[in-house]
Amino acid sequence: MTAGSPLSPAINRDGMRAEAAIAVENIVKRYGDFEAVKGVSFSVADGEIFGLLGPNGAGKSTLIRMMTTLIPVTSGRAIVGGHDVSKHSDAVRRMIGVIPQALTSDQDLTVEENLSIYAKLYSVPRGQREKNIADVLEAVDLTKWRTAQTKTLSGGMRRRLEIARGLVHDPRIFFLDEPTTGLDPVSRIAVWEMLNNLKKTRNLTMLLTTHYMEEADRLCDRIAIVDHGTLVALGTPVELKQSVPGSNVVEVQFNREDPEWQSRLESLPNVTEVQSQSAGVYRVLTSNGSQTTTQLVEMAASLGEQLTSLSVQNTSLDDVFVHYTGRQLRDEQVKAVFSMPPRPGASQ
Amino acid sequence: MNRFLAIVEREMRKFFRSPVLMIMSMMLPLVQLIILGNAFGGKVRGAKVAVVDYDRGPQALKIHEAFDSIAVNIATFTTIGYTDENQAREDVRTGKVDAAVIIPAQYSRRVYAQDAPRLGLVVDNSDQFLSSSITGEMQSLVDAINKPVIQPRIVKNIAIEIVELYPYVEYMKYLLSGSIALAMYISVMIGGGMLYIDDKARGVHEGYLVTPITKLELVMGLNIAGAIKAVLAGISLTVIGSLMAGLGVIFHPMALLQLFLLILGTSIAFNGMMFLMMVRVDDPLVPRAMFGVLNTLLFFPSGAIYPIAAFPKWLRAIAIVDPFTYAIHGFKAILLKDGGFAAIQTDLIFLFVFGIGTLLIATPLFKRTL
Repeated sequence: MTAGSPLSPAINRDGMRAEAAIAVENIVKRYGDFEAVKGVSFSVADGEIFGLLGPNGAGKSTLIRMMTTLIPVTSGRAIVGGHDVSKHSDAVRRMIGVIPQALTSDQDLTVEENLSIYAKLYSVPRGQREKNIADVLEAVDLTKWRTAQTKTLSGGMRRRLEIARGLVHDPRIFFLDEPTTGLDPVSRIAVWEMLNNLKKTRNLTMLLTTHYMEEADRLCDRIAIVDHGTLVALGTPVELKQSVPGSNVVEVQFNREDPEWQSRLESLPNVTEVQSQSAGVYRVLTSNGSQTTTQLVEMAASLGEQLTSLSVQNTSLDDVFVHYTGRQLRDEQVKAVFSMPPRPGASQ
Repeated sequence: MNRFLAIVEREMRKFFRSPVLMIMSMMLPLVQLIILGNAFGGKVRGAKVAVVDYDRGPQALKIHEAFDSIAVNIATFTTIGYTDENQAREDVRTGKVDAAVIIPAQYSRRVYAQDAPRLGLVVDNSDQFLSSSITGEMQSLVDAINKPVIQPRIVKNIAIEIVELYPYVEYMKYLLSGSIALAMYISVMIGGGMLYIDDKARGVHEGYLVTPITKLELVMGLNIAGAIKAVLAGISLTVIGSLMAGLGVIFHPMALLQLFLLILGTSIAFNGMMFLMMVRVDDPLVPRAMFGVLNTLLFFPSGAIYPIAAFPKWLRAIAIVDPFTYAIHGFKAILLKDGGFAAIQTDLIFLFVFGIGTLLIATPLFKRTL
C-alpha cells in the first residue's frame, strides 16, 4: 500500500471533505536546500485516531508543527478543523490542543496553576475554567494531585498533566508529538488507556506521532508511515500488515553463520522475504508459518546444522515499518558516515 | 487582556516560588556597595613619610612640629626620621615608605633671608590616589607656614570662597545610585534575558505559540513581568542601600514618588534593551556570555563609579546612549540632592523613550512561529 491511493478522495476542490477534521494536501517544508517534508497528503476523519509513524528525522515533527501553526508551510495546504493553517492560524489554534514532545509544564507551579494559566491563554471564561480544570484532572486521574507542585510528580504523571493541559480549553482536535517517549512500560500503558478513554468520552480527533509500533497498533485507527519526508504507506494497522508480503514471521538463529543461509531460506516454499539480522539471525516472512517452520527444521537437520532459537509470530507493525522504511539499509548508511577515527599512533 | 496577564501571572508565580533570582540580583550590587563604598569612601590615613633633615635649624623644627600635628589630628601620615636621602628614595621605590620629605641644608637660613627656601618631596606616583593625598596635605602645610603671622590690612591674594550645597557625600552614598541600577540590570539579565532563552530552549514558548495568544500580547506579557521583577529589585535595593548609607531621603513622600518613577523608567529601558538583544537568540549560552561584557560596557561608562566628565570622547559617546547614565544621574539627583522633578525630567524622558523605542523595534522582530 503506497501513499497515493487512499488520499485523493479525502480532499475536494475547497480543500476539505465534510467529515475530515484534518486534510493535508501536497504539503512541503523546505529549509534552504533541504526538503524536510516532500509533498505529503492525507486526511483524518472526525473522531479518528491517526498515527504518524516514522524513524527519527523522517519529518513527523515537522509535519505536526506545520499543522499546529508552529512553523510556516513552504507550499501545499493543511486544513485543520475547516481552517487553513496558513491563512487562519488563529482559528486553528482555538480548535486544537497540542502536546509537545518535551515536558514543558512549569515545575515551580502546581498542577492546577499550570492548567489555569493555559485556560487563560485560551481565554476560557472564568466560570467555565474551574469546571474544565476539574474535568480534565478527572480524565487524567490527577484530581488528588491538584495542589501538588509539578516537580513532585513522576514522569508518567507529568505526561498526564501535559495531556490535561492540552485539553483544558476543550479542543476538537488533539495533536500529540511522541506522547509516551521516556515513560516506563507501565506509565506508557496507562497513557494509552487514558487516550482511548478520551477518544470515547470526548469524541476527539487525535493525530499522534510515535516511533513505538505497539503504541500505533493499539491506539490508531489509521497509520501513515513517513520516511525521508515522504508518506510511504497509509492504512489501518490491519491493512498495513496485509500489505507486507507474508502473513507470518519466522525468526530463526543458526548456531553457525553461513552466507548460504539467505538463499537456502529464500528457496523454501511460501517464503516471500528473508531479512538478515545480526549474529546468524534471520527473519523469514512467509504465507504459511507452520509449514515453513517444519521445512526449515528439516532443512537444518539434513545439513547437519543446529538451530539456536526459533519463533513464529504474526506480521507486526515492526515488519511493516522495516518493509517500508528499509531500516537496516539506513543503519548501514549511518555506520558509513559515522566511522570512528583511528586512535593517534594506532596502525591503520 | 486575559492572555497577556496569564503570561505575567506565570512569570510572577515562578519568581516568588524561587527567590534565588531576587537574592542573586541584589547580591552583587550590595556586596559592591559595602566593599567599594567602604574601601574608597575614606581619606588616606597612616601613610608613612620619611623625613631627611639636613638642616636641623629652627625652621626645620617648625616643619617637624607641623608633621607631628598632622600625625595626631587628621593622621594622614606619620613620619620616620632618616639620615640618608638616597636610602629614603630607595625606600619610597621599594614601598617601605609612601613618600619622603627632604629638608635641605641651609633651609632655615634661606627662610630668614627670604631666599627661595625649598622642601623636597619624593612620592610614589604609581599610586595616584595616595601620592596626591600626601602632596595635597604637604601643600596645605606649606601654605599654612607661608601665611604671614600678621595679616596685611589690604589682602592682595585672590581667594576662593567655597560654598558646599550638600553635606559631605561619602563614597558609599555616591555609589548607591550605581548599585540600584546594577541590581535592576542583573534582575533583567537573569529574570528577563536568561530565563527567556532558557524557556525557549525548554520548549515552554512552543506551548505558548500553539495557543491563540497574539505576538503583541506575548511581548507585553514577557516585558511587563520582566519590568515588575526589575522594579521589585530596584525598590529593595533603594531601601536597603539608603538605610545602609544613611540616606534619609527615602522618608520624603515626594522623593519616594520620584524614585519610583525613576525605577519604573529604568526597568522599562533595561527590559526593552534586553528584549531587543534577545529577541532572535535561541542559544542559552548567549545571554550568559553577554552578561559580563554588557555589564562592563554599560555600567562603567555611566558615571556610577567615576565622573563622566573625566572620560575620553569615545567613552562619553557610549555614556550618551547608555540608559545606565540617565538612571544613575536621576538616582543621584534624588538620593544625594533631593533635586525634585526638574532634576530628573531629562532622565525620565530618556528612559521611557528608550524603553518604548526598543520595544517597538523588538516587537516586529519577535517571531510568532518557531
